[in-house]
Parts: sequence; C-alpha cells; structure tokens
Amino acid sequence: MTAMLNVKDLRAYYGQVQALHGLNFSLNEGSLTTLLGANGAGKTTTLRAICNMVRSTGAIEFDGKPIGTRSTENVVRLGIAHVPQGRGTFTTMTVEENLQLGAITRTDKKNIVADIERMYDHFPKLKERYSQQAGTLSGGEQQMLAVARALMLRPRLMLLDEPSFGLAPLIVRDLFRILGKINREEKVTILVVEQNAQLALELADQAHVIETGRIVMSGNAKDIANNEDVRKSYLGY
Amino acid sequence: MELFANQILAGIATGAIYACMALAVVMIYQAIDHLNFAQGEMAMFSTFVSWQLMQWGVPYWGAFVLTVAFSFAAGIAIERLLFKPLAKAPVLTNVAGFIALYAIINSVAGLIWDFTIKQYPTPFGSSPFLGSQLISTHQAGMIGITLLMLLLLFFFFRFTRVGLAMRAAASLPESARLVGINTSWMIALGWGMAAAIGSVAGMMIAPVVFLEPNMMLGVLIYGFAAAVLGGLSSPFGAVMGGFLVGIFENLVGTYIPGVGNELKLPIALALIIIVLVVKPAGLFGRAIVKRV
Repeated sequence: MTAMLNVKDLRAYYGQVQALHGLNFSLNEGSLTTLLGANGAGKTTTLRAICNMVRSTGAIEFDGKPIGTRSTENVVRLGIAHVPQGRGTFTTMTVEENLQLGAITRTDKKNIVADIERMYDHFPKLKERYSQQAGTLSGGEQQMLAVARALMLRPRLMLLDEPSFGLAPLIVRDLFRILGKINREEKVTILVVEQNAQLALELADQAHVIETGRIVMSGNAKDIANNEDVRKSYLGY
Repeated sequence: MELFANQILAGIATGAIYACMALAVVMIYQAIDHLNFAQGEMAMFSTFVSWQLMQWGVPYWGAFVLTVAFSFAAGIAIERLLFKPLAKAPVLTNVAGFIALYAIINSVAGLIWDFTIKQYPTPFGSSPFLGSQLISTHQAGMIGITLLMLLLLFFFFRFTRVGLAMRAAASLPESARLVGINTSWMIALGWGMAAAIGSVAGMMIAPVVFLEPNMMLGVLIYGFAAAVLGGLSSPFGAVMGGFLVGIFENLVGTYIPGVGNELKLPIALALIIIVLVVKPAGLFGRAIVKRV
C-alpha cells in the first residue's frame, strides 16, 4: 500500500495562537483512519489545515504532490471531500440541490444523475425528502446529506469532522455502518475525527491519538482499543 | 377611476426600474454584505456609454447589447480592483470605498460628457400603448424588458449550474468552497450581473428622467427603499418591493394633497425608516438567526 496523504511537521495558527505543534502522519490508500483526542486537541484544525482553511506551515502531500499552497476549492477539486463540523448544509436549498452542489466541479454530467440515485439508495430518507429545504431535515438526516454531498464529488479521500456530534446512538451506528461500506465498496479513503472513541475504533483500521497539537499515539485501531493505558489516559472510557 | 388605473400602471412602469436597481443592490449585498452606494452611478455611466455609442452611429439595440456587455465587464473589473482587496476590511472601509466610487464615477461622467441635460431616445416611441390612454408604449416597453430580464435571471439562478454555484457561494461561502466552488469569482460574477442589470435600468429610465450625471440619484434611493421594503436577503422581495414602491409613490403623489412631485422622495426615505423600525427583515426577508 502506498501513502495517499502525507503530512509532515504540520503547524497551524489562529492569529498568534499555535494550535498544531508539528504533526506527522500518513494515510494509506483505501484505509479508514480515525483521529482521536479531547476537546481542543487540534483534531478539527488538522482537517482544516489539509484543506487550507487555516494558516499552517509544514508539508502536506497528496499523491506525492504538495498541496499546501492550493486554495480550499482547488484542494477539493483534487478529490478531497471535507464534511465540516456542523455539517455545512445549504439549509435554504433543497436536498437535491445540496447533492448537485456536491458534484458542481464535475464535468461528467451524465453520471451525476445516476450518482444522485445511488445516494438515495444509500440514504433512503433523503429520497423521501428530495424537494424539501435541507434546513428542515433532522440532525441525523442532515449528517446523511452532508456525507452524501461529499460523496457526490466522487472523492478519493473523505475527511469527516465529528459526524456523530449531536446524533442519537442508533443513528450514529447507522452512519458508521454506511461509512464502513463506502470505504470498502467504493474504495474511498476516509479520515474521521471523532470524540466517540469507542465507536470510531471499532470502525477504523488505523488510529492516531492527538493531544494539545501533537500526535501522542499511532497504530492499529484494535491495538489502541485494547491498550488500557491509552484508553484511560487519552480516550476516557 | 381612469386616473387611478393610470397611476397604478405608471407606478408599475417606474416600479420596474426600482425593482432592477433593488435587485442589483441585493445581489451585491448577498455576495459581500455591503450596500453598493455607487450602484446608481454605475448605471448612469453605462447609460452615457450607450448614448455615446448611439452618437457614433450605432443603432439603439446594438448600443443596448454592447452597453450591457460593457457594464458586465466593468462590474467585474470594479470588484477585482477595488472590493476584492477590501474583502476582509472593516465595514467602514468598505463604505468609504463605495462613497469614493460614487464620487469618482459621477465626476468622470461629468468630465467626459458634462453636466448639461441630454435627450435620450426610446426604442418604443411614446404614443399611447394599444390605443389606450392609460399607458405609453415606452412605459409598456420598460415593463416588458424588465419582466423579460427578471425571467431570464430566475431561470439562470434556478436551473443552471453557475446559478446554483452563485447561490451557494452567497448563502454559505465556506461550504461552497468545500464543494470546490471558487467563491471569489462568484462574487465578481455577481458584481458583473448587478452592473448589467443596473445598465438596463439606466437605459430604460433615461428617456423619462433625461440623461445627466445625477440622473440615478433619486432612482437609487427608491431602489434602496424597495430593497429594504422587500428585504435585503430576498431577491424576489427586492423585485416586489420595487413595484410596490413605484405604485405607492404614484398614488401618494396623486391623492394626498400637498405631496406632489417635491415630496415624493422624502416619502421613499420615510418608507425606509418605517420598514426598518417595524419589520427590519422586510416583507419577504428572513430574519438572520445565528446559532451560538
């Protein structure tokens, strides 16, 4: 397996405040990796730095090419979909328009219609509500829509920022099951940031634990889940 | 009764122009959250350009199309050169920018074409429309052109990919970037379209108010009133506001003694204040609720 995304010595800043202090990690093609850590550890910042939404230094390589200087939209155009915290739903637009927006950079117009149908297969609730304003969907449905919108890009890498946030446990299970399916069947590499460590470790094959802007632990998700010290000190369960 | 119908129709005709100006203002407001005080001057300058083209012998509709294209390009240029660098600047810096733009365009137009009032032709003539004394052919043409333009805009925003991308960029810039939309160019495109819409309004109203550098001052204030009345967050509201203000202005001028032509403008200003106090989001606007 080759590394699809390579992050070296990543440092990020909000004004004068440094939020990341030299992160190093890489994602293998086809992997499902989770980034764990407490509030304020720098998980969201890491995702935002990959998409150049926050000032950062260090090297970020995608397919061996540096992407650190690209604008957010040009990073996305490489096939990196980012489901932001709070989902970023276009609330005043319909469900279907949200899906079309996910594919707005694609030129293969013929396949877009088929892809929208495919999303409705993954998420039947969205089909029922396709003409409804996205803001009227429940939190769970909006998260489904956000994932579906990201998939409409036909991404090679998908970044998800706390997809479980504010959702009922059953819905989180459902969502994670779909993420696993997408990773296996559509070969989308996934990096998911989570506070729900237990569930994320069940889903992922790789995990990194981050604390105050540094990676303190990396490895196989199962090993980390089984390591009692790590669980107690960093994951709190 | 005839007078009443006449005033309503005349109100719709001028209201169409206010609707265009309001729409232009709202398009830029949606994109960058600022009111473009220079919108009227941009439209005035465009109208002068079309007049100059006609002086050089270009036929009316040729000049019309060239002017719309020129305005579109000029709108984009203004955004790229002046307001893109100010995008992250404080509100007051932007306001200063708009006022400067207003003054510059006004003076340059006066410098090139001087301040004397000029006749401006109408392609529709000014005979009674369909033999009716209620409305002139120019007024009917004004309404027709505006409705056609609004219809085209509606289809553009509703059914094209660029229209969808522009709406997305205006409603949630960050999410728009995350689906790969170049929001910066969407803003520039919005400026171009607003300038083009304004130029149509200018060319349509010029036969009525005559051509001179200050011709759009009153029109823009009515446009602001329309945008505020309809709601700055709603393009549809801005258009409805335009027609309502046009009708309202005419009826008040006709039926309330002592108002006449002189007090029409203060009434538009009073309307802005009343709406802002009573219903700040406007008739069709949505109150902005921020989750914290």
